[in-house]
Amino acid sequence: MNFPLNRAMMAPRGSVTETALKVGTLRMLEGASLDRLFGALSKRGYRLLGPAVREGAIVFDEINSAADLPAGWTDEQEGGTYRLKKRSDDALFGYAVGPHSWKKFLHPPAERLWQADRKGKTFEVTEEKPDTQKTAFIGVRSCDLHAIAIQDKVFLNGYYVDPLYKARREHAFIVAVNCGQAGGTCFCVSMGAGPKAAAGFDLALTEVCEPERHYFVVEAGTDLGAEILAELPGREVEGREKAAAEDTVASAAQQMGRYMDTTNIKELLYQNYAHPRWDTVAARCLTCANCTMVCPTCFCTTVEDVTDLQGEHAERWQKWDSCFTKDFSYIHGGSIRATSKARYRQWMTHKLATWFDQFGTSGCVGCGRCITWCPVAIDITEEVRAIRQAPQSPKSSPVGDKYGNS
Amino acid sequence: MAKKQKPKLAVWKFASCDGCQLSLLDCEDQLLPLTERIDIANFPEASRAVVKGPYDLSLVEGSISTPHDAERIHQVRRASKFLVTIGACATAGGIQALRNFIDVKDFISIVYATPAYIDTLKKSTPIAEHIRVDFELRGCPINKEQLVEVVSAFLQGRKPNVRPHSVCMECKRRGAVCVMVAHGTPCLGPVTHAGCGALCPAYHRGCYGCFGPMETPNTREMSAAWERLGVKQKDLVQIYRSFNAYAEPFYSESRIHESKIHQG
Ligand code: SF4
Ligand code: SF4
Ligand code: SF4
Repeated sequence: MNFPLNRAMMAPRGSVTETALKVGTLRMLEGASLDRLFGALSKRGYRLLGPAVREGAIVFDEINSAADLPAGWTDEQEGGTYRLKKRSDDALFGYAVGPHSWKKFLHPPAERLWQADRKGKTFEVTEEKPDTQKTAFIGVRSCDLHAIAIQDKVFLNGYYVDPLYKARREHAFIVAVNCGQAGGTCFCVSMGAGPKAAAGFDLALTEVCEPERHYFVVEAGTDLGAEILAELPGREVEGREKAAAEDTVASAAQQMGRYMDTTNIKELLYQNYAHPRWDTVAARCLTCANCTMVCPTCFCTTVEDVTDLQGEHAERWQKWDSCFTKDFSYIHGGSIRATSKARYRQWMTHKLATWFDQFGTSGCVGCGRCITWCPVAIDITEEVRAIRQAPQSPKSSPVGDKYGNS
Repeated sequence: MAKKQKPKLAVWKFASCDGCQLSLLDCEDQLLPLTERIDIANFPEASRAVVKGPYDLSLVEGSISTPHDAERIHQVRRASKFLVTIGACATAGGIQALRNFIDVKDFISIVYATPAYIDTLKKSTPIAEHIRVDFELRGCPINKEQLVEVVSAFLQGRKPNVRPHSVCMECKRRGAVCVMVAHGTPCLGPVTHAGCGALCPAYHRGCYGCFGPMETPNTREMSAAWERLGVKQKDLVQIYRSFNAYAEPFYSESRIHESKIHQG
């Protein structure tokens, strides 16, 4: 599968100064020097956001230094379960993706779009000012880089550009991390989305933990990244170090907990609209919407208008919504997707089929979050496998109206 | 602006603990602006002054549990333009609906010294079983922000932003870590109506369903997931049988687990 990454987003940021380093350069950075990177970013006014242990999981939060990173922690993930475990080493990035994704910052769960105040007989509208705070995302995995590129297409490439998203995106500095270990529900390899960061980052780290040494192989992805890399106390990478970093990523690629056969996937789903499997999965689905909340590419929102009691002030808020709710497809007269079958099918068909027609890519990057965080362990890879099988029992083949409500 | 008559608000109490009315008093900052816009005509919890109807907006707390209340609710409906029920008692019968699962006479003889004085109905029922209700606000107790939202929406003539989806959506929007997936703590969030802002999960507890069933609750699969976490049949009966025990999806689900206990 091919994801055209949006490199254009990266180009105008950072001054192209006379750095000794070029984009694509690899440098070796000792583990203890990681704080120098954070210092260089802080000095430039970046707020640091990265992984931290909270509530028994690795979430994304504000961090101040490398001491805030989840040193020595890893996660064990399966359908519907997630547990933190101690590692045998002190790796800072030795885990897969957790419950949060970067959309929490770039496309926040709730944001005000505008407010209005009554002024005599008329009213005045104040638009929300774009946030120009510089933000560095520390530890962005390859699947999430692809997810960000997908949301870029949604919010920036169409006829209407989301100015709030655009500002946050332009002020983001991305420090990617190449995965050294895959999670139990990961399948980025199947989706062509990892585990090595190929594009869409300013700097990419590969962490190497050896019994006697802890270091990073750092790649510059943009001029600004190269400029910062040149300031850090690193040196040229030795052949042995480069090989160790490559081995790390190669072993992650071997460990994928899940696999999805994506051959003709779009056609597969379009042709199996009436597959009995949709009934089976609908019987299990809670329509709780956790899968869409955790998915790093799901972008749907609703807008709510609120007013104060005096009727002097009004605000319009945008909030994450989900195709698993009834209101989502409500039009005059009722909800178009009244059944959980119609909703689950809509979600999966959008991710894996209609997304191609809409945005030219898959809507799934294989991060595995929807599998781990589904309370009843519904697994998108298993559902694809089941749909590939011939219908088991033709008599249970559903008949419904043209929206699939049966 | 020409001086318009302010809309009249009334609060009515039926079988309840008063907790939901207190949420209205608890709106401190909002209460004064509210009285500027609205005449609080009948609010026994806050003032003894009573203004005669009709009322533009009636908030009804409590369930119907006596023959007298079953009459009175019709008078309230007749006196009200819009009628909104507030809380689990008014929308689902409340905790007192536990009587609906057994013979109420057995309770009365245990609890009261002189059972002959007690005039009660066999069942505690939600207001909507008796009259037409314009909007139901859930929770035990209700969330005061949601209450202010409902009253503001009424004042502005718009639809309240009160969504019937799962608690999970609020849980995820606030960035809480799922207690069910990450800690193995049973949580009713997936089948429970949003509105609390995912209060319990944010404090590392499972949701226990105080807002009642969400729009399309799959209680069968929810229970199966709880059973996988080691929850026993008798505890499944209990979890569905609290403030919203008489709300249909929870009612039927608790019955299923009850019959499983009896089957051994
Ligand atoms: S697939 Fe799982 S997470 Fe998604 S709505 Fe259904 S039960 Fe919830
Ligand atoms: S559909 Fe699931 S695996 Fe695919 S990107 Fe979304 S959360 Fe990740
Ligand atoms: S903790 Fe409960 S409410 Fe929150 S996401 Fe998990 S199941 Fe849903």
